[in-house]
Amino acid sequence: MFYREAGQFKTSYEADQSILPIFQDRIAMYIMLMFAFIVFPFIANDYWLGSILIPFLVLSLAALGLNVLTGYAGQISLGSAAFMAVGAFAAFNLHVRIPEIPFLVVFLWGGLCSAAVGMIFGLPSLRIKGFYLAVATLAAQFFIEWLFTHFDWFTNYSTSGVITAPPMHIFGFAIDNPLSKYFVVLTIVVLCAFGIRNLARSEIGRAWMAVRDMDIAAEAIGINLMKTKLLAFGVSSFLCGLAGALWAYAVLGTVEPQAFDIIRSFEILFMIIIGGLGSVSGAFLGAGFIVLLPILLNNLGSLVTGGAISTETIAHIEYMIFGAFIVFFLIVEPNGLARLWQIGKEKLRLWPFPY
Amino acid sequence: MKNILLKILQCMLKIVNQKRFILTFSVLVSVIILSLAIYLFMDYWFFLEVFIGGLLSGVMYSLVALGFVLIFKASGVFNFAQGAMVLFAALTFVRLIEMGVPMLGAATLTMLVMVILAIAIERIVLRPLVNQDLIILFMATIGLNYFIEGMAQLVWDSNVHVLDLGIDEYAAYEIGEAFVNKFDVLAALIAGGLVLLLALFFRYTVIGRALRAVADDHQAALSVGIPLRTIWIYVWSAAGLVALVAGMVWGSKLGVQFAIATVALKAIPVLIIGGFTSVPGAIIGGLIVGCGEKLAEVYLGGFVGGAIENWFPYMLAMIVLMIRPEGLFGEKIIERV
Amino acid sequence: MIYRILVTLISYIMLIGITVSFAAEHFVPVTSYRTGPYGISGAPAANGYVDYLKMINARDGGVGGVKLDWEECETAYKPDRFVECYERLKNKGVAGATVFQPLGTGLTYSVIDRVADDKIPLITMGYGRTDASDGSIFPWVFPLLVNYWSLSTAKIKYIGNLAGGMDKLKGLKIANVYHDSAYGKETGPVLEKQAELYGFDLKGFPVAHPGLDQKATWLNVRRYKPDYVILRGWGVMNQTALKEAARARIPAENIVGVSWSCSELDTVPAGKAAVGYTCSSMYNPGSHYKVFKDILKYVHEAGNGTGPIEEVGNQQLYKTGVLMGIMTVEAINKATEKYGNKPMSGEQVRWGIENLDLTSERLEKMGIKDFIPNVKISCADHEGGAPVKFQRWNGTSFEPASDWVTTDQNIVRPMIEASSSAYAAEKGITPRCN
Repeated sequence: MFYREAGQFKTSYEADQSILPIFQDRIAMYIMLMFAFIVFPFIANDYWLGSILIPFLVLSLAALGLNVLTGYAGQISLGSAAFMAVGAFAAFNLHVRIPEIPFLVVFLWGGLCSAAVGMIFGLPSLRIKGFYLAVATLAAQFFIEWLFTHFDWFTNYSTSGVITAPPMHIFGFAIDNPLSKYFVVLTIVVLCAFGIRNLARSEIGRAWMAVRDMDIAAEAIGINLMKTKLLAFGVSSFLCGLAGALWAYAVLGTVEPQAFDIIRSFEILFMIIIGGLGSVSGAFLGAGFIVLLPILLNNLGSLVTGGAISTETIAHIEYMIFGAFIVFFLIVEPNGLARLWQIGKEKLRLWPFPY
Repeated sequence: MKNILLKILQCMLKIVNQKRFILTFSVLVSVIILSLAIYLFMDYWFFLEVFIGGLLSGVMYSLVALGFVLIFKASGVFNFAQGAMVLFAALTFVRLIEMGVPMLGAATLTMLVMVILAIAIERIVLRPLVNQDLIILFMATIGLNYFIEGMAQLVWDSNVHVLDLGIDEYAAYEIGEAFVNKFDVLAALIAGGLVLLLALFFRYTVIGRALRAVADDHQAALSVGIPLRTIWIYVWSAAGLVALVAGMVWGSKLGVQFAIATVALKAIPVLIIGGFTSVPGAIIGGLIVGCGEKLAEVYLGGFVGGAIENWFPYMLAMIVLMIRPEGLFGEKIIERV
Repeated sequence: MIYRILVTLISYIMLIGITVSFAAEHFVPVTSYRTGPYGISGAPAANGYVDYLKMINARDGGVGGVKLDWEECETAYKPDRFVECYERLKNKGVAGATVFQPLGTGLTYSVIDRVADDKIPLITMGYGRTDASDGSIFPWVFPLLVNYWSLSTAKIKYIGNLAGGMDKLKGLKIANVYHDSAYGKETGPVLEKQAELYGFDLKGFPVAHPGLDQKATWLNVRRYKPDYVILRGWGVMNQTALKEAARARIPAENIVGVSWSCSELDTVPAGKAAVGYTCSSMYNPGSHYKVFKDILKYVHEAGNGTGPIEEVGNQQLYKTGVLMGIMTVEAINKATEKYGNKPMSGEQVRWGIENLDLTSERLEKMGIKDFIPNVKISCADHEGGAPVKFQRWNGTSFEPASDWVTTDQNIVRPMIEASSSAYAAEKGITPRCN
């Protein structure tokens, strides 16, 4: 009853091509953005902003990157954390050596370096596919982790090997409290999300989806496989690198390779599996799920039982719930939370009628 | 006389023409040249020790890889949860022994538990996902991995358990100036025996043939009357057995603890190099990875700062992937459009 | 539908996250890791910490008549989860969190820049950021008792003793087998400096994380034919190292380990390969001290033990946890001397730690005489310059292998000050304390 496109006529080609053609969708998006930019900063305290919302946003950016590669282009990658590490270290190195460069450029540079590395490690995708490609990206993961631990040039010869990220300042404002960090991260993530949404429905996005569905047929109709695949790796690594730089500067405050280990790669993969492959909202939903679940369980455990269940047992149960949820989602809805959301919206269109 | 000679020549030509032969032959030749060079110019006994030590530790990797191969051969699924199964089997075994059950009894009980696990996995995870993409199944096994890891530590506990198989770990055979560890040799023999058993099983028994049929094509096997679900239970139980043996060997080497589950990550390059569907390939792949890793660490590691053991096997695997994507002994991947 | 449930749950948790507990107690956050790759090391430490706090409540009625309250938070040794625990617990309790003890170097770094703004001290006993020993630049961080570099000098002194005198070190070969991470590489510079000073030959052998397979490393070590080997590992690397060393025919008597390679978790799984292995410790071995008897009596016999009773006094990491508890309680106690008997805030506890002076009388009173050395902290010296004990594994337990070995601050302090002044110059911090 409320969610109908009846009566919504487009009078120009531009209007017809908008990302959210249905008026109600647009209202929902405006409300959500308003919530994120205006309401949340007022009601959320430092803990919520700094430890939950910011990691959620940064990880959803990384999940977005992996979604581009795995969801849209169909190339499985298990090395997304390594690309995050490249982004973080590249950003740090540029900033430390040339401190005058503005921070936004530093982050962009982190993303670009990561894109270059991503394209190099994506070269095997031209010969191998599917699971074997995942192994090639695993090689990237281990190699890059080793690289950053071993060569002191990357950590600027610091004595302890763990570098503290210098404080950010953008346009002269010091970004040192959770609120300002939240705004910076939110802006970047929203821009990237819209960018990817647009990219997905452009020619390149369609080429990616064609390669995902059947790359031999895609080649047959004239899509340049090498360009498409490498571009997928490049864009995905760019986003992962940006996410890595933000993770180091806005979340942790340190730049170290241990934060980007293989467990992180798997975490990001789970986000897109649960959230839904091949959708922008899926990245956010999945990231929200994975970030909030441990905290929820931790809090529930200590509150409800008053410490009767040890934190160890809770952590084990958390593992089990993770695994169970992944299997559950793959059985019930292989397309993830995003598809469930879509089904919900479709039901809403028919409401109050059942079909 | 001439006929016989011609026949022999024909036979030899056929063998030489096979690509696999060329590959292994060239590898063998380069190995011989390399060892000659090392004998002449370097510390021979030390090299021998590193080489043999690498081979033996490679056999231990292939023990874990074997479980993967079994499941992949029979259902086309890459079972990422194999590492967790090794951990679970080892934990169950060692806890039963700690509770006082004699070793053989503990092994049988653990085997029973693994069979129950196999049945549970088949019912809950595999059956609903029968016709899905292999990628979906792979991701389901990743979820299974987490689940089994959490369950193993919840049910038993997450302390280190010392597993004493009654074998002296530090006794060694002396060959010249090189020491070869007795326990490693025993582990290699166990693994070799297991491989032989499995290879014979696949080739000569009815169930083995049914397994190969299922690996080829699920639908076709079903239409011929092969009970898919029973086959899967067999396969996952067999993988459970392999996991138990691997768990016993690795557990007595490292102590049974959570870190064992990470050994599975080392098994992946073994599989790539050897081929996913080949049991002897798992052994050869393991040997190559073990050997290559150790030699690289000892002789190349010094130049780049050391500790290259983590990524070297993966780089090896990538090189093999570029040259021969299906692995040394794997079946060629045919894509149908 | 699931989305809706998630949202309602989230708002519920948000409400709870904002509520504060109002009991008038000192609040001690216990950030532990009982799972993850180092869970087996972190669990006994957390057990020791909490047991000691429980014992103080039961035996002494708290500190200064005010009871202790604590909450455990699982970090799984991940910096981002530690940050989340930190942010969640820092304002809990009537006066806020008293002190954080991360028990991990990476974890320390992730909050080291926040503690000054949040006014909560960090105790990083035997680990952490080494140059934070210079209290004039790092007022909120305390690497108590001994830091990584001081420990290294003590070790070389001990090896010198074994060799028959520091002059005998000249020409010896020492191998440094370390975990390939920031933690492992930390002692590189100070070892090199000592190699220069005493004339021994030093070679480093990194072990890839997690260190499950070290055959190649130890074959390399054997090729180098060292006289002594320093083992600097963490987690599963230690036991594998001891086993592989035995297989490579390197006698355990020649291996000297750091404090973090010195627990039953490392020696028991290694079996006979560990017999004769020596390693360092911040406290004396043995379980006969009054403090453990008190814990057994007041905590475990009352059915309130945190972990298994076998650990009490018998497990090295449990004792480390108890030591963490001791430091926290002593700091709070010192703070109450100045600020009165009420729940202490982080800022007040910081003063307490900085003015800590553990004399023999105080140690006797708390039942920890002979367990730990006397410690005195000052504004500029956040370490305390405590000596180190070396203990040897005899197959069933650790026994003392040396007397208290003092650290060589003549080597360490200039290096620390060089590093901290570089940091101060970079961040524009003016040194306090004079």
